[in-house]
Amino acid sequence: MALAVVITLLIIGSLIFHFVSPWWFTPIASNWTSIDDTINLTFIVTGIVFVLINSFLVYCVVKFRYKEGERAHYEPENKKLEVGLTAITSIGVIAMLAPGLFVWANFVDVPDDAIEVEVVGQQWRWSYRYPGDDEVFGSTDVSHMTDENPFGINPEDPNGQDDVVVYDDGLRLLKGRPVKLLLRAKDVLHNFTVAQFRVKMDMVPGMVTYLWLEPTVTGEYDILCEELCGIGHYAMRGRVIVEEEPAYSNWLAEQTTFAQTVRENTADINTGRALYAVCASCHGQEGEGNEALNAPRLAGMSSWYMESQINKYKNGMRGAHEEDVYGRQMVPMAATLANEAAVKNVAAYIASMADTTVTETIAGNIENGRRLYTTCGACHGKQGQGIWSTDAPRLAGQNDWYLARQLSNFKNEIRGYHSSDATGKQMLLLSKMLKQESAINDVVAYINTLQP
Amino acid sequence: MAFVALADRDNDAHLHDPETFITKYVWSQDHKVIAIQYGVVSIFVGLIALALSVMMRLQLAFPESFSFITPNDYYQFVTMHGMIMVVYLLTALFLGGFGNYLIPLMCGARDMVFPYLNMLSFWTYFLSVIILLASFFVPGGPTGAGWTLYPPQTILPGTPGNELGILLMLLSLAVFIVAFTMGGLNYVTTILQARCRGMTLMRMPLSIWGIFTATVLGLLAFPALLVSAIMMLFDLLLGTSFFMPAILSMGEMPDYQGGTPILFQHLFWFFGHPEVYIVALPAFGIVSDILSVHARKNIFGYRMMVWAIVGIGALSFVVWAHHMYVSGMNPYFGFFFATTTLIIAIPTAIKVYNWVLTLWKGNIRLKVPMLFSIGFIFTFTHGGLTGLFLGNVTVDLPLSDTYFVIGHFHMVMGVSPVLVLFAAIYHWYPKMTGKMYNVPMAKAHFWLTFVSAYSLYLPMHYLGILGVPRRYFAYGGAEFIPASAQSLNVGITMASIVLATVQLLFIINLIWALKNGKPSGDNPWEATTLEWQTPETPPKHGNWGPELPEVYRWAYDYSVPGAKLDYIPQNEPHHGQGSVESDSDDAVDETKV
Amino acid sequence: MSMWTLSVALVCALIVWAVLVRYLMAQPWLPAGDPGNLDDITAVDQPAKKVGLYSFLGAISSMFILFITAYLMRMDPKHGADWFSIPKPGILWINTLLLVYSSISMQHAKSVAAQPGQVNLKRGLLIGGLFAFLFIAGQLWAWETLHGSVHFHLSNPALAFFYLLTGVHAIHLLGGLYVWGRVTSRVFNNARPESVALSIELCTTYWHYLLLVWLVLFGILLLT
Repeated sequence: MALAVVITLLIIGSLIFHFVSPWWFTPIASNWTSIDDTINLTFIVTGIVFVLINSFLVYCVVKFRYKEGERAHYEPENKKLEVGLTAITSIGVIAMLAPGLFVWANFVDVPDDAIEVEVVGQQWRWSYRYPGDDEVFGSTDVSHMTDENPFGINPEDPNGQDDVVVYDDGLRLLKGRPVKLLLRAKDVLHNFTVAQFRVKMDMVPGMVTYLWLEPTVTGEYDILCEELCGIGHYAMRGRVIVEEEPAYSNWLAEQTTFAQTVRENTADINTGRALYAVCASCHGQEGEGNEALNAPRLAGMSSWYMESQINKYKNGMRGAHEEDVYGRQMVPMAATLANEAAVKNVAAYIASMADTTVTETIAGNIENGRRLYTTCGACHGKQGQGIWSTDAPRLAGQNDWYLARQLSNFKNEIRGYHSSDATGKQMLLLSKMLKQESAINDVVAYINTLQP
Repeated sequence: MAFVALADRDNDAHLHDPETFITKYVWSQDHKVIAIQYGVVSIFVGLIALALSVMMRLQLAFPESFSFITPNDYYQFVTMHGMIMVVYLLTALFLGGFGNYLIPLMCGARDMVFPYLNMLSFWTYFLSVIILLASFFVPGGPTGAGWTLYPPQTILPGTPGNELGILLMLLSLAVFIVAFTMGGLNYVTTILQARCRGMTLMRMPLSIWGIFTATVLGLLAFPALLVSAIMMLFDLLLGTSFFMPAILSMGEMPDYQGGTPILFQHLFWFFGHPEVYIVALPAFGIVSDILSVHARKNIFGYRMMVWAIVGIGALSFVVWAHHMYVSGMNPYFGFFFATTTLIIAIPTAIKVYNWVLTLWKGNIRLKVPMLFSIGFIFTFTHGGLTGLFLGNVTVDLPLSDTYFVIGHFHMVMGVSPVLVLFAAIYHWYPKMTGKMYNVPMAKAHFWLTFVSAYSLYLPMHYLGILGVPRRYFAYGGAEFIPASAQSLNVGITMASIVLATVQLLFIINLIWALKNGKPSGDNPWEATTLEWQTPETPPKHGNWGPELPEVYRWAYDYSVPGAKLDYIPQNEPHHGQGSVESDSDDAVDETKV
Repeated sequence: MSMWTLSVALVCALIVWAVLVRYLMAQPWLPAGDPGNLDDITAVDQPAKKVGLYSFLGAISSMFILFITAYLMRMDPKHGADWFSIPKPGILWINTLLLVYSSISMQHAKSVAAQPGQVNLKRGLLIGGLFAFLFIAGQLWAWETLHGSVHFHLSNPALAFFYLLTGVHAIHLLGGLYVWGRVTSRVFNNARPESVALSIELCTTYWHYLLLVWLVLFGILLLT
């Protein structure tokens, strides 16, 4: 009896959970309402079957429970009943499958007026490319990929020159216009998913996959990677912004083309040295850093990292939080670098500085730090040497007090919280793995032992 | 066709009666001992995998509390939990454990036909487990690539255990496949060749049908895993490019070009989908028999059940790419695989109907194995129905790679087969040991397991509908996931802790009953199948005493009208048949029904 | 190329079904002899080892078919722009002849196994085994030839597959030679003919099977 009661309760409980629970589809923001319809249809059919079968199960358990001296009915099979049930099941299956196949045919077949946008996945970030005025993408190859050409666009290909490359911002789509997303991965499998769009597709290195949709609601949505792609998988976040005209076209026009990024890639170290004079007052003539002034060591840092951080200070993505006391000091300093060229020049000069040594100020449990650092090493390198393709700066040889402060800033969401700061957000998510206060000291103490 | 009446091969049997402790319990060639060895080892690794899953749940519910779990660890837990549960627990326990125990006993054989190979099979399996566990202790730890081991990430930096961990994983799988093949050849050959007189194919209990079909699937499908493991080892150790395309990894370009990761996925799922049925079919068979025994009624639609098992087995080879709808393979495959996948739902549904119809008009004794079996019908119905979502290519689009998938396959391939394993252990424990376990404790084990497992996996489906992705270490920063989802995660974790803890009741009960259990008698459930008719309980080496049994009827003569008892053993002759004098009351005219 | 795997799987399924369907109609609840209880199958009247060997051949056939499928899929020009056909060492032709002769010799051994006077049997077994060893040596030679040539780039999948396929085949032949060694030593220790006849028969079956596999593999390697 208890069994019958419990199963009845579970059936009713499941139904209540289904109808009452607040966890349901996010509001749809694309044309794929037909997918939701198919799911709802499947819910109705399977829900009825679930209730019927299990109610009958309960009925049998109650009605035919053991009675001393009774005999079960002897009936090896009942062809009529079995054929009937098979037929009903087949009808139910066809009712669910047929609409599904129609919608899939629609998904496979991209409308002719769809605009093409490329989404590139890599460990563990997103970047985007628009074909530019000629509406043709330049060809790409892994062999062209460098920190200055992260998309691997073939520099010789005329089609690629006007390609709009979006490395640090989100993906923008035009409301009401079908878009075909060409999906490419640089290293391992990834998967492009926006819950509100309903559709998703894996990105496979060595080939280009696609999906299409028509955004129907303006707004900002999360892009998640949904194919396990390594330690940073869960921190591989992006965002998509659906806009109307003219905001969309205006934004697109502001973006840099591939040809522009190539042109701007010449930095002048001598100009940079002159600009560095301002920096030197805190960070030191040799870039050796100054703990008293809370200025970290700069010597040994790569130019791509210095550029991206200075730009973040300039654009309000770093040092803007009111609790970020020392970050705020840096904002007016960064503002003295008037333009992109100045940033590049000073970054190039810093990158040319000779390595300096720092003194250790933090002690911690190095063994525990080593264990924790396994995760950090996935991006920053086993020796903390820094890896450009994961946007991970060098850690080895950095001032430990600076590392500890930044880790705690990330963890407390003082740094990396800005919606356009994709790499900062990654660190924000990952720093949460340092769950105890002592963990920060442990991992920094371990980094102190690393030799780049 | 060389199918003829069975010549009694009993004289050919070479039984080497064991003498010492070592030959009896360690290097044993007795199928029953080997079955228990398989059982103990697989349950042991299963407990490790269970502990790993609890750690994963702790992290998900309390992302800021457990400092010993880093993303690196988490992905290792995910991977090892999945791989151990699917391969080293479920496959090994159903086939190595129950296949070994039941085949000779249910078929009326003295042992497996190749006892020495059978022993080798177990020790090879043991070796594969050792290699697997060794990966926890090598630098870098075990692989964290997910149990699907998808390249390229599996062998690249950025994935835990991408050097030694994955090497040991692939070696362990290869060794496991060798072990499985040795065992599998034994099971197939024993079933085909060593059945006793009168045990025709259609008189075999459904347990044997399920195990047989699953073993055939395994013999044909495990090679796909072996092939992909060997090719991946080449890519890993020799730098070939079978699966590895040209890539940029950690700022460097490894010397790979042109390989196709999707080829691996095809090979993996050509193994992986039949693998689902390698686990499910023995469960289907076993639960059919248990339901029939305790409902005191023949299994409803036996022939349909056999056809369904064989049909599902055959179809399971043409549905694999439903795991790959969003993998980037040619999208037109979606039409074909969605169709085949939903077709396979039909025989599966028939099985469910027939289980319930077996209870219908039965005389149901709610013994412990029966509770688990009815629990199985409930969870399997749920898991089977959610499969209709994921098998339908369009519906899979939003749900793929979310918690819906986790909920679905745990319900259908985790909870359901495990409930059958418990049912089977409680059902055959008296035969294996001659002792009866503590029934109230076993019932408590059922209630807590059943309810906590369902409340663990049901809510996961709804997280999936919301869009919560699987294989995430933490969910912070995704705006569409409301804070309430985190409370749901806490609830799920609580259920998982209950579920994991109550398994202690099971372990304690089995160990306790070994010594203190009441004697169970030869046939405590009054069952018809041959294993309950052995002269001794537990059966001695050689199973049958001086004479092999002879079978006169199918496995489901329960509540036959006119018979004296409500069951007639398979080795009981019809009136006027066979050498044994039968009680005239038992002999009835069954053709009338 | 998945379609090729698919058709293989479908054909296998159909064969199984066609073999079984006649028997699966039996109504087992009826007493034996009742017309409704059709000609149901009792146990297979063949030695267990034979049934076991055929099951094993089924399993490794699955493996070889999958290797070949992977080979053909990897060749697909969609991914396989890096596929460069390699010249096949001429010695492979000689090796093929060796394996054919080895198989013939084993067949001869099998046919005389039951006869009195074991000279022919011993000769057949020895030649069969010797030629199989020579075949493996020849394959190693082919490996060495390629290793020393300009074509040796493991990143070329055509070359990698050549090593993989020939290697897997050779390992299976070595496994056969282990059994062959045991049988042969029993024959030379004057075991009774009837006690070794079955082992020789099964060895021969395995030899023919591996010859067949080699011919298929060699054909595919030559064609591509």
